[in-house]
Amino acid sequence: MSHDITHDEMSHGHDHDHKPKGFVKRWLMTTNHKDIGTLYLIFAFAMFILGGAMAMIIRLELFQPGLQFVEPDFFNQMTTMHALIMVFGAVMPAFVGLANWMIPMMIGAPDMALPRMNNWSFWILPFAFTLLASTLFMEGGAPAGGWTMYPPLVLQGGHNVAYLVFAVHLMGISSIMGAINVIATIMNMRAPNVGYLNMPLFVWTWLITAFLLIAVMPVLAGAVTMLLTDRYFDTSFFSAAGGGDPVLFQHIFWFFGHPEVYIMILPAFGVVSEIIPTFARKPLFGYVSMVYATAGIAFLSFIVWAHHMFSVGMPLGGELYFMYATMMIAVPTGVKIFNWVATMWKGSMTFETPMLFSLAFVILFTIGGFSGVMMALAPVDLQYHDTYFIVAHFHYVLVTGAVFAIIAGAYYWLPKWSGHMYNERLGKIHFWWSTISVNVLFFPQHFLGLAGMPRRIPDYSTQFAEFNMWSSIGGFAFGLAQVFFIFIVWKTVRGGEKATAQVWEGAKGLEWTVPSPAPHHTFEEFGPVDLDKMAHGKTH
Amino acid sequence: MKKMQMKFMLLVAGLLASTLAAAEYGLNLREGVTKYSQTAYEMHTFTLWICIVIGIAVFGAMIVSIFSHRKSKGAKPEQFTHSTTAEVIWTIIPILILVVIAIPATKALIEMENPTTEDGKRLQMDMTIKVTGYQWKWKYDYMEEGVSFLSTLAKDSNMARQKGSGIDPNTVENYLLDVDNPLVIPANTNIRFLLTADDVIHSWWVPDFGWKRDAIPGFINEAWTNVKTPGTYRGQCAELCGKDHGFMPIVVEVLSKEDYASWLAAQKGEQAQAEVMVQTEWSKEELLAKGEEVYNTQCATCHQATGAGMPPAFPALAGSEIVNGPAEAQIDLVLNGRAGTAMQAFGNILSETDIAAAITYTRNSFGNTAGDVVQPATVKSMKQ
Repeated sequence: MSHDITHDEMSHGHDHDHKPKGFVKRWLMTTNHKDIGTLYLIFAFAMFILGGAMAMIIRLELFQPGLQFVEPDFFNQMTTMHALIMVFGAVMPAFVGLANWMIPMMIGAPDMALPRMNNWSFWILPFAFTLLASTLFMEGGAPAGGWTMYPPLVLQGGHNVAYLVFAVHLMGISSIMGAINVIATIMNMRAPNVGYLNMPLFVWTWLITAFLLIAVMPVLAGAVTMLLTDRYFDTSFFSAAGGGDPVLFQHIFWFFGHPEVYIMILPAFGVVSEIIPTFARKPLFGYVSMVYATAGIAFLSFIVWAHHMFSVGMPLGGELYFMYATMMIAVPTGVKIFNWVATMWKGSMTFETPMLFSLAFVILFTIGGFSGVMMALAPVDLQYHDTYFIVAHFHYVLVTGAVFAIIAGAYYWLPKWSGHMYNERLGKIHFWWSTISVNVLFFPQHFLGLAGMPRRIPDYSTQFAEFNMWSSIGGFAFGLAQVFFIFIVWKTVRGGEKATAQVWEGAKGLEWTVPSPAPHHTFEEFGPVDLDKMAHGKTH
Repeated sequence: MKKMQMKFMLLVAGLLASTLAAAEYGLNLREGVTKYSQTAYEMHTFTLWICIVIGIAVFGAMIVSIFSHRKSKGAKPEQFTHSTTAEVIWTIIPILILVVIAIPATKALIEMENPTTEDGKRLQMDMTIKVTGYQWKWKYDYMEEGVSFLSTLAKDSNMARQKGSGIDPNTVENYLLDVDNPLVIPANTNIRFLLTADDVIHSWWVPDFGWKRDAIPGFINEAWTNVKTPGTYRGQCAELCGKDHGFMPIVVEVLSKEDYASWLAAQKGEQAQAEVMVQTEWSKEELLAKGEEVYNTQCATCHQATGAGMPPAFPALAGSEIVNGPAEAQIDLVLNGRAGTAMQAFGNILSETDIAAAITYTRNSFGNTAGDVVQPATVKSMKQ
């Protein structure tokens, strides 16, 4: 065995490429950050398609009033599973995939700090989601109480409760291990002359995100464990009949849930903060204030949770506090948006696909931010709460926010990963197709919510018919656009114009100093890097 | 490229125009019919306009950049990295804007939670209605009057909404927004609502009143309203509460004080009549006829009109051991419910007559062979 490896190394010693041979060794047993990053990205995309298919069922049933395709209980299973899969299966793993690929290359590290744990944290995920998805085939079906899992409703779900709880535990373990790895890597494995304020913003946002993950995933684990014991061991944490309180669950859940929202958007901020300077050919405006704003948003995320609960009947003082605290988030978020615009200002812009998705991100995420500020106002939230207005809001920040940033990042770094340029024309078609359809999909939902349509209903009054039809048409078109995206990525990986190491004229950062495709091992020799090549930071 | 820009601009303009046009057709937030809903509407409009102005400024700057600071126009990139002045300005201005929004919002919230009269005294409530959420209906108790009743989805909507019903929802008046027994309240009256639930969390929401409040099992929430204009106002449950969450609407009829008084008198008469009926001996045919009606409005959502149920959550009644066993056990189960399941304690929900009739119906239908009759008086004696 060892003889084989030595032989292998000798014969291929010159190309610095020691990829293990064989599927099992290469992928199942991998400890390489790039391969694990690829696994994360493929897994996330598979979950995106699965969760998207569920969204298609939802939009199909809502295409017109009346029940045509599914029973109400199955509809509720779809909304619940769609959210769980998109949040825990698509968006979070996609960002971990980007982190795996890019963080070591951006800070001059040879790999993640804990490579075996890296393998483990990925390979837990397919099992977690198999467990979760298997409930679809159980007697009584999948969880149907909403992804927020509010008791007592979720406890009526029969034995899918146990599967749901254990699946969430596994996802939590995976996330926590991933976060520990990110923190250990960033703190210990930076090239010797790279200080914290030399790090690219993507690395910074991920460092902060990782701390959020470690802080809140155990809280979620605790909350669902209490659900489990309430269901099977006769405890009464959340049952008033036994001295418990159903609202207690909501407080614990949203203490996890609000930071979770920022876990899904802070790395997105990082991605667009890399892309906009590249295509504006100008350094990121206000690097230090970007770092502080990210930290500020992360801190505020811990102290605003009950704004998800203005209608549960809190005391006036509590409502006022959570309203004021929530409004404050607009300040650091505003700083970030202004800084991105200032980065474009007097730049020399070009509009390749990653830049187009990033520009759409800035505009559409800001629209999601506006409806966020509106809903922070407790007296009006008593109207907006649990309507399609909030559905529109969080899809603007999560789809045109987080997902658009992931797509932008994929186009931006795909040449570095695959060694090939994607087809720019197809990329632009994908962009316009996605951007127009996603607005047809989600913008009318603002109107539906304001007109009084509650969320999570399988059928609706005829007055809501027209906008639901538009929304469904937008939904089908947007779904199809992402299938087109698979084709573009597939075509690029298979072949195409060779990418240079630099790839983009205006790109800065250590990842652009290594060849494309990036060799299996990079930055193997520990030593100082050229700080002038770093993306941006204090030295510039 | 030039052509594409023009097209894009036209598209944006078109979208904006259609948005504004849509607002005229009542797709904006509703103004509603209470002082509070009016306040919420004004807050909404005020904040929306602030967002639009900020949006124009930010997106405007972006668009100027996109069109003039582009490489194809030969723009040379500047290399500035920060400006402390600019950053301080765009931190402080948003804070000031937020303060301007927070002041009216605070006032509005106090009006909802701690209503006072014009001279600063606590607002006195004229009457109290207890609202209880059940899967999937509402119960209204007029606390001072001893009147109470259930409110469920209207029959024509309920038929049309079944999958494969073949009924076009457009032919049903107020599809999914109509009930059998609406809540009736007097106009120009301060009404306190006490909200709770029996099984899972529900949320009582009439958009025209301007608020929703959760109905939580084991807890009592409070809210209030005062409607000036008589009329019919419709809403829905706003918190996911299981399979028929979309099918438990709320209808409130606001009557003038005089009309309300005569409605109340009629209700009291009906309830007294019902009391008498409990003591009467019913024939099997009478019980079966009444029972079928009660079963189809109250039980069939879960146990199905055929008695086949939807196992495992909703067991079948056809061939059930309990339905075919001793009547006492079934009466006990219906009166007290089964904890941890959707089976409610119907003793608090339905009259003794309705329960007796429904039980008699199930014991003699779906191929069940118990064959006996349960009298309202028996149910009443078991309740005590």
